[in-house]
Amino acid sequence: MRLINRRPGVVLATLLTLLPFVAVLIAYAIGSDIRLTANPADKLLPAPATVLETAGRLLTEPDRRSGDVLFWLDTWASLKRLLIGVGISAFIATLFGLLIGLLPVFRSTLAGFVAVVSMIPPLALLPILFIVFGLGELSKVVLIVIGILPFLIRDLSGRVLEIPREMIVKAETLGASTLVIALRVALPQLLPRLIQAIRLSLGPAWLFLIAAEAIAADQGLGYRIFLVRRYLAMDVILTYVIWITALAFVMDWMLKTASRKAFPWSEGTL
Amino acid sequence: MSFVTVENIFQSYGPRPILERVNTTIDEGEFISIVGASGCGKSTFLRLLLAQERPTRGEIRIDGKPPAVEPGLDRGVVFQRYSVFPHLTVRENVVAGESFRRGFGRFFGADLRAARSRADDVLARIGLDHVADQYPATLSGGMQQRLAIGQALAAKPRVLLLDEPFGALDPGTRLQMHDFLTELRAENSMTVFMVTHDLEEGFKLGDRVLVFDKPRWDPTDPNLFGATITYDFDARDGGIPFQNIMEEPHVLKSA
Repeated sequence: MRLINRRPGVVLATLLTLLPFVAVLIAYAIGSDIRLTANPADKLLPAPATVLETAGRLLTEPDRRSGDVLFWLDTWASLKRLLIGVGISAFIATLFGLLIGLLPVFRSTLAGFVAVVSMIPPLALLPILFIVFGLGELSKVVLIVIGILPFLIRDLSGRVLEIPREMIVKAETLGASTLVIALRVALPQLLPRLIQAIRLSLGPAWLFLIAAEAIAADQGLGYRIFLVRRYLAMDVILTYVIWITALAFVMDWMLKTASRKAFPWSEGTL
Repeated sequence: MSFVTVENIFQSYGPRPILERVNTTIDEGEFISIVGASGCGKSTFLRLLLAQERPTRGEIRIDGKPPAVEPGLDRGVVFQRYSVFPHLTVRENVVAGESFRRGFGRFFGADLRAARSRADDVLARIGLDHVADQYPATLSGGMQQRLAIGQALAAKPRVLLLDEPFGALDPGTRLQMHDFLTELRAENSMTVFMVTHDLEEGFKLGDRVLVFDKPRWDPTDPNLFGATITYDFDARDGGIPFQNIMEEPHVLKSA
């Protein structure tokens, strides 16, 4: 039997899914053990138990000075920036995606411009953003928006253009105006693709968020990581990294599930 | 008085002529089958009738009105594919036939209930009432095309344009669709144009069969000349002329 036709059973498939996770954990544990036996004060690869202990402490113990649990404050601050940034981007991208995809006049005006603007490396603009918008929340949100908006607009306008011409013509023969075609034909078909595009842009969004927080912030997940880096607090950094990964994964999963639930008709196309 | 007049239509894409000198008149209620080889401009002609494209020269008038510049309510269409909206349920698709012309494309309140019950009548008529709440993707090809026809008819167009509507269906389903279309025609006698590859289908359903072909052919440059209507058959009574007293045969008349 050819390798391409060999499918793992349920049990084997589950084991295979877990395998790389377990392998990485074991590799880390071994590496950490080797370093710690050589030098018990080593900070680079803290033992898994130490990381767990630190995580427990970070999640529950309030800060001595402010009395708040910094971990949750950081999480909330970062999530707020991320959600506002992604939300604004999604809204603008949907609007411009529809305009560029449906209206030739808009397409002539903006498609080339967006294609050029999307080539600007957003991080190169970060100093300008800090200068213009200050060091507060605004500059971080704007960085996320600038970072993912061009991609979203290009993707969504392309998706609108992919709607078969026949379907648009059909709507026209039913007497639909441009507005009705946008609202009742293009927009509903765009929404599942919007969710798909947001899922893809969540990675870059986190990247820009952490970059902005690393440079100037007073709380946030990225800020904390870059703060404790000075003390080589690998256990804290690892806890935060695992937490960010978990958050991103849960968001992705939630978007996927929401898309399936809300758009049952798109099952076949996604 | 002829209902649709096609006057000296030329259509070219860039330097390449597709149609040239197309002239015909069609009476209200006629079923016109359009046949011809691939690439001879049948679908182009249908797009011109639909006003999805405008001819390079000449004009098409429906009921004496000025030539349309874009597709509108007076022309219904069913394509081979993508004729129903995948994000609407079967019932919503039929309701859309009536509601898309309104401001936001929706009915509200009592209007919506009335439109839904009318849609249910249509669905019962086209035999799709048992799948009213499903999405089109779950239907078979024949059911989707029936839905597309029902949706187009819900908008009550004056002319119905069918672009190879049964091209993607299996032979059995195709025969069912023929019966279905014949019944619908008996109920509301509208003018129908149907592009088809299937000669038998064209003659079976049509009152007239228009054949598109290139009257001139340059062997060194096959794209030099466009196509036009080369035959205009009377397909009534099985295509056999003079079966009735006082019959007017459709013979290609000089323009």
